[in-house]
Amino acid sequence: MSGSRLSSGGLIDRSTPVSFQWLGRTLDGYRGDTLASALLANGVGIVGRSFKLHRPRGIYGSGTEEPNAIIDLSWGERHDPSARATLVDLLPGMQARGVNAWPSVEHDLFGLLDRAHRFLPAGFYYKTFIAPRWHTYESTVRRLAGIGRAREIADPLAYETRHAHCDILIIGGGPAGLAAARAAAAGGLKIILADERTHWGGSLLWHDGEIEDRPAHEWIAATVTALEAAGTVQLMPRTTAFGYYDHNSVGLIERRATAPDGWAEERLWHVHAKRVILATGAIERPLVFPDNDRPGVMSAAAVLHYIRQYAVLPGRNAVIVTNNDSAYETAVALHSAGAAVTVADLRDSMGGAAKRAADHGIKVMTGTAVLGVSGSRGVKGVALGPPDATSLQQATLKLDADLIAISGGWSPAVHLFSQSGGKLRYDAACAAFVPIAPREAQHLGGAVTGSGDLTSALDGGHRAGIEAAAALGRSVATTAPHTTSAPAETPIGAHWRIPIPEARQWVDFQNDVTVNDIALAARENYASVEHLKRYTTLGMAHDQGKTSNINGLALLAEFTGRPIESTGTTTFRPPYVPVSIGALVGLKHGPLYSPKRILPLHATHASLGASFCDYGGWMRPACYPKTGESIADAVAREALAARNQAGLFDGSSLGKIEIFGPDAAAFLNLIYYNEVANLRPGHLRYCLLLQETGIVYDDGVVARLASDRYLLSPSSSHTTGVLSILELWHQTEYPQLRVWFHDVTNAWATFAVSGPRSRDIVERLSTDIDVSDAALPHMTLARGMIEGVPGRIARVSFTGERSYEISVSTGYAAALWQRLRDIGARYGITPFGVETLSTLRAEKGYILIGVDSDGMTLPGDLGMKGPETKKVVDFIGRRSLFTPEARRPDRRQLIGLRASSVLPVGAHAFERQGNDARSTGWVTTSVMSPTVGRPIALAMIESGRERVGQKIEIFDQGRIMEATVVAPCFYDPAGERLRG
Amino acid sequence: MLKIDCPWCGPRGENEFTYGGEAGTVRPIPATAIDDAIWARYLYIRRNEKGAHRELWCHSGGCKQWFVMLRDTVTHAIAAIEKIGSP
Repeated sequence: MSGSRLSSGGLIDRSTPVSFQWLGRTLDGYRGDTLASALLANGVGIVGRSFKLHRPRGIYGSGTEEPNAIIDLSWGERHDPSARATLVDLLPGMQARGVNAWPSVEHDLFGLLDRAHRFLPAGFYYKTFIAPRWHTYESTVRRLAGIGRAREIADPLAYETRHAHCDILIIGGGPAGLAAARAAAAGGLKIILADERTHWGGSLLWHDGEIEDRPAHEWIAATVTALEAAGTVQLMPRTTAFGYYDHNSVGLIERRATAPDGWAEERLWHVHAKRVILATGAIERPLVFPDNDRPGVMSAAAVLHYIRQYAVLPGRNAVIVTNNDSAYETAVALHSAGAAVTVADLRDSMGGAAKRAADHGIKVMTGTAVLGVSGSRGVKGVALGPPDATSLQQATLKLDADLIAISGGWSPAVHLFSQSGGKLRYDAACAAFVPIAPREAQHLGGAVTGSGDLTSALDGGHRAGIEAAAALGRSVATTAPHTTSAPAETPIGAHWRIPIPEARQWVDFQNDVTVNDIALAARENYASVEHLKRYTTLGMAHDQGKTSNINGLALLAEFTGRPIESTGTTTFRPPYVPVSIGALVGLKHGPLYSPKRILPLHATHASLGASFCDYGGWMRPACYPKTGESIADAVAREALAARNQAGLFDGSSLGKIEIFGPDAAAFLNLIYYNEVANLRPGHLRYCLLLQETGIVYDDGVVARLASDRYLLSPSSSHTTGVLSILELWHQTEYPQLRVWFHDVTNAWATFAVSGPRSRDIVERLSTDIDVSDAALPHMTLARGMIEGVPGRIARVSFTGERSYEISVSTGYAAALWQRLRDIGARYGITPFGVETLSTLRAEKGYILIGVDSDGMTLPGDLGMKGPETKKVVDFIGRRSLFTPEARRPDRRQLIGLRASSVLPVGAHAFERQGNDARSTGWVTTSVMSPTVGRPIALAMIESGRERVGQKIEIFDQGRIMEATVVAPCFYDPAGERLRG
Repeated sequence: MLKIDCPWCGPRGENEFTYGGEAGTVRPIPATAIDDAIWARYLYIRRNEKGAHRELWCHSGGCKQWFVMLRDTVTHAIAAIEKIGSP
């Protein structure tokens, strides 16, 4: 291959040379080049290797359809292990190399695989790597497989996500998209116009044409200026619509190499549009013929694109092979640029386009196909002959060539249309699938509808713009831009392969899928397109079938003896182009991945040396280690302080839901497992909330503040869930009950003073609440003034010690905390964290829902069977407690375990059955108890309560331990310390 | 993303809503009079219809109100939205 730069023309900036590196060599291009155009201009032929057979690959296309030029690209801190050279705007200092080759794409030792191609047909790995087992080969195959290597460092790029709402989203900024925008903008509607390229104009960047009596590029510039001036049109170049989701929400990816007005290099847009106009154009298909994968075989439209936009001549000795009129413009352009050109037209007769090319002095051969290509590292020559040849011997002419420009027709880019649920039809007139029935509020214009010429693109786009505006109640009176360009005169002659049986003819270039692979798959009865795709990997490469899909379907149809229309297409799914994971993540990583809630006194806890952990989305102190103190030592110290003097705990994250209304008692009684209607005002009760399946969902304390007013305290992480349950049952099951809910969690700060000296501290607060045991016994609550502000004091304990929960408005949290520490100093008050509380509650056998219980735990399993038999209203889950499953005698039950060492949480209890063993349950909580001075554990064990006193065996990761089953309470089982 | 017209707040994105399953499941009561098979059917058996589907949604990221939506499970087209108890 011998690409070179033309001395004039193109949209490149010749005054700004750009140096870059290819395989370590420094090459030069210009600003305005893509990496692909710069490589071609420098005569680079081999840019990659195919995936399976490691055959040399050259640049084929000029856009998203590129199947070959997969590049490992570095510049500055940035790295892209699988960039496509055709989509990379050239920047100074870029370092590029091909992938999937060793040592390099030019000299790839794995290229030897190609010699073994007979043994590597479609699905070979399903048949080959069987004995003795796949794992024998796996590591070798995995090393050979894969395209590009990701760096193992954090991505230095910045990404962000934006939402946008508009009246009309227009996808595609070619002639149809611009005509649509021009028409719709006249209606004064809010429009977003997106195009994947840097320059507006789509195919007009490389096609000749006149619009409104001036050169197309002048019309484009004037149209874009007018759209900008309208003020209602958001123009988004370098932006690809990659996914079309429900109800006209469309995902766009905006690439901003220089991030001009912000810091994000890539932006993900969620666009919500009232109407969408698809002007996505069409993609040129390759022709399928022997050796059509040689470097130097290029899309004819891409060759034209390189000449016109980049002033790059991809070859000097060109053969054009085509089955339609569109490639003749390429022939004329190559000829005008000084290349020798021969056209092989698969069709039998000379059409108007062919005759005009011949008038330029171009040799046109009709009824002619390529039967073979020589030059394993780049095209050297072609053998031409009849399209129905069954042997290379039928070649009638051999020509020297360094470029073969091919056109197999145009496939409308129906990807987004199909993603949105639109239906397709095979249109034999253009030999492609075309859209018929949109499902969304959508309009189409231009080549995506199957019409290839400029007149229909402008008319179709214009009509789509008018229709979209009309659907939104705006009538637009403008006329379509007029053009003199003539439509194609001679129809396409569909042609899918050369019938030479032994020839290797590529359908999917990157994945090495040939005609014979498709024939093999059809013989092996992979007759569905979806099966064909997965068996042969057809269309599963970077271009996702943009070049190979239709050719593959047509061949499958032929080999299975069906018409193409009944073969159908594979399902089009997002994304249309690869989208970087970073763009999908946006800002949701690091601390923003899952933002944490913090306590009102977070800073105070930090200044006390708290070690913070995430508990159900809340950052809370685990404990407060002193300098040099381990976590375990800190927990033990804090626990003993709470047992022997007084502890201070910040329980502000504990849920607080207020429920009020005349039917509050009746409603809550239908919700909670425990009886709450008979609770007297000022009293508290520990209650369970079940799911309708009977499974325990949450536990918490229900307080009755007044006859029509309750306060629930769900677990910190279940507050939202409990509120949702209340709303659901009230709105759907009991709407007649007059009751209201309000989550006041954030309004109140709550501190627990716990321990034998707690009353001494609380009674020294300035308060009108009588905290004597007579006035405020265990499980009661009183409201009053505390240190001059309204508050509540509740006698409730999560530690097993006498405890007072004091709540004040969050704004007074800091003052109350400091006051309690000041008063408590002489009683040895010690702040303690969640880990310490967890140890204290374990000593008492108080459960944590979701830790000691799981998705199978019924209240009876936890030893709380009372309400099940006594309560008569149909509370949530009641009926489920009377099923055969719920009444099985061997259900797992909560018990305690005593052992000589700390048992691992999750370790299984088991019983031996001959040489076998069976799990009977597992350890749910296990700590070294500072209070009782030995290891303690809670466990859920089958028929556990019957086993109290028995020794059982515990298994964990190969280790067997012994434990004794005991009642699930290791400290003060009578509860004397609670009541004082 | 579905665009859902909350009967209280107006059109909002699907990510503000929570799906609540098939609408019209009637809770059999009183519990003591219901046999195991009927209770199991109430808990676990759904029609799972293809096409027109009456289902519950909650505007959990907004007004927290539950409502009934008639959605086509094939096309995701929303035919109707009703407040609870007012068809």
